[in-house]
Amino acid sequence: MFEWLADSLVYGLLGLDAGDRWSAALHFFVLDTTKIFVLLVVVIYAMGLLRAFVSPERVRAYVRGKPRWLARLLAILLGAVTPFCSCSSVPLFIGFVEAGIPMGVTFSFLIASPMINEIAVVLLAGILGWEIALLYVAAGITVAWVGGVFMERLRTERWVEDYVWKIQMGEAQGVEPDNSWAGRHRFAVAEVREIVRRVWKWVLIGIAVGAGFHGFVPGEWVTEYLGGDNNWLAVPGAVLLGIPLYANATGVIPVAEAMLGKGAAIGTTLAFMMSVAALSLPELLILRKVIRWPALAWFAAVLAVAFVVVGWGFNLLL
Amino acid sequence: MKTIQVLGSGCTNCQRTYALIEEIARQEGVAVEIKKVEDMAEILALGVMSTPGVAVDGKVVHSGGLPDRKRIAEWLKG
Repeated sequence: MFEWLADSLVYGLLGLDAGDRWSAALHFFVLDTTKIFVLLVVVIYAMGLLRAFVSPERVRAYVRGKPRWLARLLAILLGAVTPFCSCSSVPLFIGFVEAGIPMGVTFSFLIASPMINEIAVVLLAGILGWEIALLYVAAGITVAWVGGVFMERLRTERWVEDYVWKIQMGEAQGVEPDNSWAGRHRFAVAEVREIVRRVWKWVLIGIAVGAGFHGFVPGEWVTEYLGGDNNWLAVPGAVLLGIPLYANATGVIPVAEAMLGKGAAIGTTLAFMMSVAALSLPELLILRKVIRWPALAWFAAVLAVAFVVVGWGFNLLL
Repeated sequence: MKTIQVLGSGCTNCQRTYALIEEIARQEGVAVEIKKVEDMAEILALGVMSTPGVAVDGKVVHSGGLPDRKRIAEWLKG
């Protein structure tokens, strides 16, 4: 259906030539814009209707006091269905620390939450297929697990700002959700509005970049420099490139689509996606309010190394 | 008069929440006192981790995102 729409608009209505670079880019843009926004709205609405989103307050209550491995597992899995605005990462961090949740588990949550989420997973599956979606989730869980363990070994508690330890969190007051269908519908519509408002810019930028890549970057160049053979440096290169770039996980998908379509290796593409989605300077700087520089530097370094290792691993295995 | 607290450290959504409550209070002609709570210790003391949150007369009624108009109107009247 989307294919038909893009075909008839670009080749039919505008009468562009199918072999041309501009029309290839435009076709990609129209196809992805319609497909991604429709998927986005449907997924968020469905999740909202089922009330499948979990609040950070509830994650804190579930994770608190559990043995470490279970705490970490829950933090990562629940992180996937906990949408939170990056401005919440400071109160969230403090709330976890105050509950006595180990620092490493908190970091696992902070890594997993922006990287893996149901919206990105459904979009990945819809656009790149289930295999890639599963690989991405597996890679994300691995990185969140290993990254959290490393941060714990580094005894990051010593870099937590003093005032954080003094804060006392009050009892979370249960906000009773309106569970009638009308209430669920209202909630779902509000969720769609809020999330789309937050991500649409990133998605459009991502699609534009993907379209440019699709139309103008020659396939031979991609296979030579981003293909899987003898390109050890491509993975660290992709990760480094991804650090200053920031988009949310949904926005990188069209870029990954264009890269894979031109023959870039899977590991390299996944490493790039993770680096763009989970490691971003503005978000890192927000955490400076609660932890000091050494911890931030270690956090960035541990994540970057983990992305590179995962990228190499996938390139070797697949 | 009711006191409404908007909990959040000055992020875009927190400011939008504040403006939205102000707007609806004006529309409905309800006199309320709206306060911004930006201090982390105070926000957490109210049991809120995901901002923006809203408390009416010290009781938290909402957290984690922009509240919808209908609910705001209910808080103002109820």
